[in-house]
Amino acid sequence: MYTQGLNELAARPLAAGQENPELLRRFEARIDAEEKIEPKDWMPEAYRQTLIRQISQHAHSEIVGMLPEGNWITRAPSLLRKSILIAKVQDEGGHGAYLYSAAETLGISRAELVDQLLSGAAKYSSIFNYPTLTWADVGAIGWLVDGAAIMNQIPLCRCSYGPYSRAMIRVCKEESFHQRQGYDLMLKLARGSAAQRAIAQDALNRWWWPSLMMFGPPDTASPHTALSVRWKIKRFTNDELRQKFVDFTVPQARFLGLEIPDPALRWDAERGQHVHGEIDWSEFQDVVRGNGPCNQDRLQARRDAHESGRWVREAALAHAAKHARAAAA
Amino acid sequence: MQPKPDWPLYEIFVRARGGLDHKHVGSVHAADASMAMEHARDVYTRRQEGVSVWVVRSTDIVASDPDEADALFEPARDKIYRHPTFYDIPKEVETL
Amino acid sequence: MSATGEIAPSRDASRAQLEYLLRLGDTSLVLAQRLGEWIGHAPAIEEDLGLANTALDLLGQARLLLAYAGEVEGRGRGEDDLAFLREEAEYRNATLAEMPNGDFGDTIVRQLLIDAYQVPLYERLAGSRDPRLAEIAAKALKESRYHLRYSAGWVVRLGDGTEESHTRVQASLERLWPYTLELFDADEIDRGVLASGVGPDLAAVQGEWSARIDAVLAEATLARPAAPRYRWYGKQGRHSEHLGHLLAEMQHLPRIHPGARW
Repeated sequence: MYTQGLNELAARPLAAGQENPELLRRFEARIDAEEKIEPKDWMPEAYRQTLIRQISQHAHSEIVGMLPEGNWITRAPSLLRKSILIAKVQDEGGHGAYLYSAAETLGISRAELVDQLLSGAAKYSSIFNYPTLTWADVGAIGWLVDGAAIMNQIPLCRCSYGPYSRAMIRVCKEESFHQRQGYDLMLKLARGSAAQRAIAQDALNRWWWPSLMMFGPPDTASPHTALSVRWKIKRFTNDELRQKFVDFTVPQARFLGLEIPDPALRWDAERGQHVHGEIDWSEFQDVVRGNGPCNQDRLQARRDAHESGRWVREAALAHAAKHARAAAA
Repeated sequence: MQPKPDWPLYEIFVRARGGLDHKHVGSVHAADASMAMEHARDVYTRRQEGVSVWVVRSTDIVASDPDEADALFEPARDKIYRHPTFYDIPKEVETL
Repeated sequence: MSATGEIAPSRDASRAQLEYLLRLGDTSLVLAQRLGEWIGHAPAIEEDLGLANTALDLLGQARLLLAYAGEVEGRGRGEDDLAFLREEAEYRNATLAEMPNGDFGDTIVRQLLIDAYQVPLYERLAGSRDPRLAEIAAKALKESRYHLRYSAGWVVRLGDGTEESHTRVQASLERLWPYTLELFDADEIDRGVLASGVGPDLAAVQGEWSARIDAVLAEATLARPAAPRYRWYGKQGRHSEHLGHLLAEMQHLPRIHPGARW
């Protein structure tokens, strides 16, 4: 998931028309034939740049995404929950690692990508700029945020770029436990004391709308979706995925006995879909632009980790260099 | 501004279980081979995905050039007589 | 063995067994809690994953040991009751485990000092006369051997890395060294479990610990600090100032929601 900024960012690279037409024709024929593109194959510059942005945004989101849930590791209310949460946050780090690794096959280094994140040039999913205020937020993130993520990620397993597709297959396999543990956590709260039910409802109230925003701007405002779909980087549009998410989630909330904070939400029997209320896109734009509640904290935490780890990384390199010299001598 | 050099890249190959080949799964950054092994373990085998791991410096891998793919691999295409399905064997010959 | 024979161990032996299990379990739990603080903030993503793996191993050990301690105690307390509802003075972890994370060097030195202790400890406990403890120790031993590989590797890199890393990690070693004495300072409980064949001879564990540490320090070009003067007794419930804060954070949810299930 977490690739919502793609649409605005993909505008910069070369237009498809500027590429060598014969190479482009062969490339598109391979895409049409559902062949995978591999790192050393020829690819249009727009394809490469779009992928670098999408994969690295995705990787950054996984890494920044460790922070809101990591906020509760030391306070998890049982030893089992603590183990589950550590394993889950650790997986997110792992997913970040797989994705950086896939991005690096496109000819950019992880150091450059991390630099883009820390300088504020790169985007990551806006959802992680919201605070985790209670234990129920850990459940809501697993249930809603990971639920939304899975919806977006499953089609990415069939992405035309081989390394991204393979990384996503691995990510999806591992993510299946993330959403379930979140729902299980919410279920325990929903069936618990009045105070526990109250934090569960409060978490749903706060995370519902940001979760819908995770799918990115509406299709009418996403002029670049078309090329991504044609090149099979993206398989479904933002609105298609958002609709699917709402249709899946509404009955899950009902089972929990929790209320979705949308008075306009209704079932449209004719279309066989739920219709949801208006999304506040100005809030989304604000958060994407860096004005969400936790943008500064999240980036600062990453910068701090990077800076305070510098001497460690340098020492390891120095040690390796000494021993490489010793071995060569 | 060019960022400071990161730890070098290692490619990771994992044998899922005895009897299978090592398979490429991705890469890690590490300062040395021993650290690469630990990182490979932590990044790629958290769910018992492997019983054996190879780590190889990415720069030590020599890969074929896609532009040469035709010259390297196409000549094998018409050697259809190498494949058992090329030969029509009468049904009566059951044990071949 | 008590005068009543094989059927029921004496109150003393059973109390020693309980105390001993709490010492082992609490040390793993408190160290896991500390390592958990790192996740998302480590020097490299791969190290986030490495520290998390060690935390998960230790947490797993703590759960087995505390669940067993609860059974031995026989008052119906489970792993979570023991973890979340005991106060500071009831905790029996080695003081070293509760030392704050500091920088990565402090964390990794703390880890080395404990890993090099847990490996020879679990090697012996795997042959304990208490079969349940022996089983837990056999599992924990595999984990600790890996932890030791990881922490020793890092101490060598930092010690024999840059001038800055050498200075920093030598300082970490000096800071944490005083807390190692407690690990081997056999008291009445340690002597009790040794006598009943449940626990190991700490002098032998210390010998191996010392040899391993010396080998790592030599490779890391670090100097072994002088023998400490002050002795800590976290394992008897007398802790540093740090444990209270750690527990306040760890325990607050179960304490503000008494009886809740999670």
